[in-house]
Amino acid sequence: MIEEKTTKEAFKPRVLVTKIGLDGHDRGSRIIAAWLRDAGMEVIYTAPWQEISTVVKLVQEEDVDVIGLSSLATDHLLVPKLMTALSEVGYQHVKVVVGGIVPDADELMLLDAGVSKVFHTGSAKNDVIEAIGALANKARNSSSSITFN
Amino acid sequence: MSNKQIDEGLKQWEELYSKSLPNDKPRTNRSNIKIKPIYTPNDWDSDRYMEDLGFPGEEPMARGIYPTMHRGQTWSQRQLVGLATPELYNTRVKQMIANGANALSMIPCNSVYRGLDVDLVDPVLLGTCGITINTVGDMAKCLKDIPIDKMSIGLNDPIPFTMLAQVLAHAKNINVPWNKLTGTSNQSDYISHYVANHMFFRLALKGSRRVQMDEISFLRDNCPGWNPVSVVGQHMQQAGATPAEAMGLTLSTAIQYGNDCVERGMLPDSFLPRFTFFFDISISYFEEIAKFRAGRRVWARITKERFGAKDPRSSRFKFHCQTSGVDLTRVQPLNNIARVAIQGIAGILGGCQSMHTDGYDEALSCPTEEAALISVATQNILKDEAGLTDVIDALGGSYYLETLTNQMEEEIEATISRIDAAGGMFLAVESGLVQGIIGESAMAHQEKVDSGEHKIVGVNAYVPDEDDASNRKVQPWPDQNIMAKHIEDFCSFKENRDDAAVQRSLDKLSEAAKSDNQNVYEQVVQATINNATQGEIITRLRDELGFGNPLINA
Repeated sequence: MIEEKTTKEAFKPRVLVTKIGLDGHDRGSRIIAAWLRDAGMEVIYTAPWQEISTVVKLVQEEDVDVIGLSSLATDHLLVPKLMTALSEVGYQHVKVVVGGIVPDADELMLLDAGVSKVFHTGSAKNDVIEAIGALANKARNSSSSITFN
Repeated sequence: MSNKQIDEGLKQWEELYSKSLPNDKPRTNRSNIKIKPIYTPNDWDSDRYMEDLGFPGEEPMARGIYPTMHRGQTWSQRQLVGLATPELYNTRVKQMIANGANALSMIPCNSVYRGLDVDLVDPVLLGTCGITINTVGDMAKCLKDIPIDKMSIGLNDPIPFTMLAQVLAHAKNINVPWNKLTGTSNQSDYISHYVANHMFFRLALKGSRRVQMDEISFLRDNCPGWNPVSVVGQHMQQAGATPAEAMGLTLSTAIQYGNDCVERGMLPDSFLPRFTFFFDISISYFEEIAKFRAGRRVWARITKERFGAKDPRSSRFKFHCQTSGVDLTRVQPLNNIARVAIQGIAGILGGCQSMHTDGYDEALSCPTEEAALISVATQNILKDEAGLTDVIDALGGSYYLETLTNQMEEEIEATISRIDAAGGMFLAVESGLVQGIIGESAMAHQEKVDSGEHKIVGVNAYVPDEDDASNRKVQPWPDQNIMAKHIEDFCSFKENRDDAAVQRSLDKLSEAAKSDNQNVYEQVVQATINNATQGEIITRLRDELGFGNPLINA
């Protein structure tokens, strides 16, 4: 019954806002979480220092459309491993965005690894909300064509 | 001039002003204090000179904590240094000493902040933000051929202070008596880590509180030249607190630590002179200067009124400051050189004892060598070219600055009262009150940036069509071969030590942590002397005292 009611208007993106690796600076991730929540998205927010396996588990359990990773102190270097872990469980339709301090060369590396977008410091609120909303739409549409085992 | 003349002049001017600027919008600073277009003796009058200002080194301390201030001694230029391995760090520091440096600073890798030894961390992250330093052997490599009894050493070393234990163990191994060592345990403020910078938070709140008291008491008896506590306002301001809130919360934290020391039976004049502070300097220029002046006054009053301090050293508000990373932009990064210089001037005119100026590329990566050198040169230009050290408290007496200093003081006192009412800082962070204050202010600031009310050049004003990527050079990641060799060295250090001695000292550490009256820090030092690693020590303490899971308010 619930599925039938899910019309386009009712679509609420489900976004996991988290941090993997070693750093714990969370001003950015908290602000992003609040922006997305206030824009009407379902936000799953975690404390910093998550293991990649925990993130994958959350994605599976929480039906996540987009993962937003905040990285301010080099933890983005782990993101390619997260992309691989998502593929391994068949969740490559989930879109991943990285925000924070990411050098230019690393941005290319992340995009190559399958990250959808890198937000640098100073990104505007509306740009972030729009981009994540659009990515969530894409993820939701492509997920329906995937068969789960 | 009589007040009547001033009143008449002011009235005339106000008419002219509002005629010429009928749409003048009200302005406020970051601490939400309303800023008027002009200040006069009606706002602050030099009749209040002795009450508000007095003289440097004397109450009420507004003008500085020493009689001579920067005329006698300029601030320490304490640039943070953290390269990937102990060997690389040693090479850089020796270079700096050859160039005249007399103070060291040491930034460990994020893995160290998390209490993890190098063999437990994904190697791709190792050494990307600081030195991978886990053992007394690593510390010996960092400090090889460096006369540690002649250097003031600043360690970024959160609870349970394993880096300091490594310094003490190294000193013992090379026969340098502990009472010859001087320096500061930076990042020693677990409360600020709990509320505003989780990167450094290792043990649960209660356990942290206990270990910190053990450290203060151990060092007072064994290493009296060391500053065991640096109370950190920088984290709270970087996390979003306004300058006035950050100052108020920091002083409330210092009150908490002071009360905890008194409860341990220490006399205020035996620990207060070794309390130091660390603050952020945002680009809100006058507000920052007023913040420092007001903070000095409030601390002096706290030490007398709350602690009954008699020793004048107890009332000196010694502070280190760092230019604000949050204010720096990724777009047009060279503009940050100007921002850092302005923030640096505010630190100097605010009467700092020590300063770190950020690299212009800190919104891009850890600083490159080029950016690090420019930030040192910036300090030298401010110190030697600009005439900023000629006059003590050069802005003192400005109608605006004195009014603002008084207003900031009121705001700071209001924050302290709020924390007092909540039962002091420890309870206020346990309940989440402080996190709420900081989070709300962070959000309010962000809204001002989004709406364009708070302008940032290149970000929401004067936005360039294109940004020259060649200005965005970054520090290369550590050489994976060098890191692999370092991990190998670490493993052979562990293989070649006396295992029984390590286990015995770790057991004694656990026992001390379980007990109510043994000094835990003494056992941290002993275990380090016996070659236990920082990861092993922190793991043991986490088992006994609990893991530091911070409270998250989204």
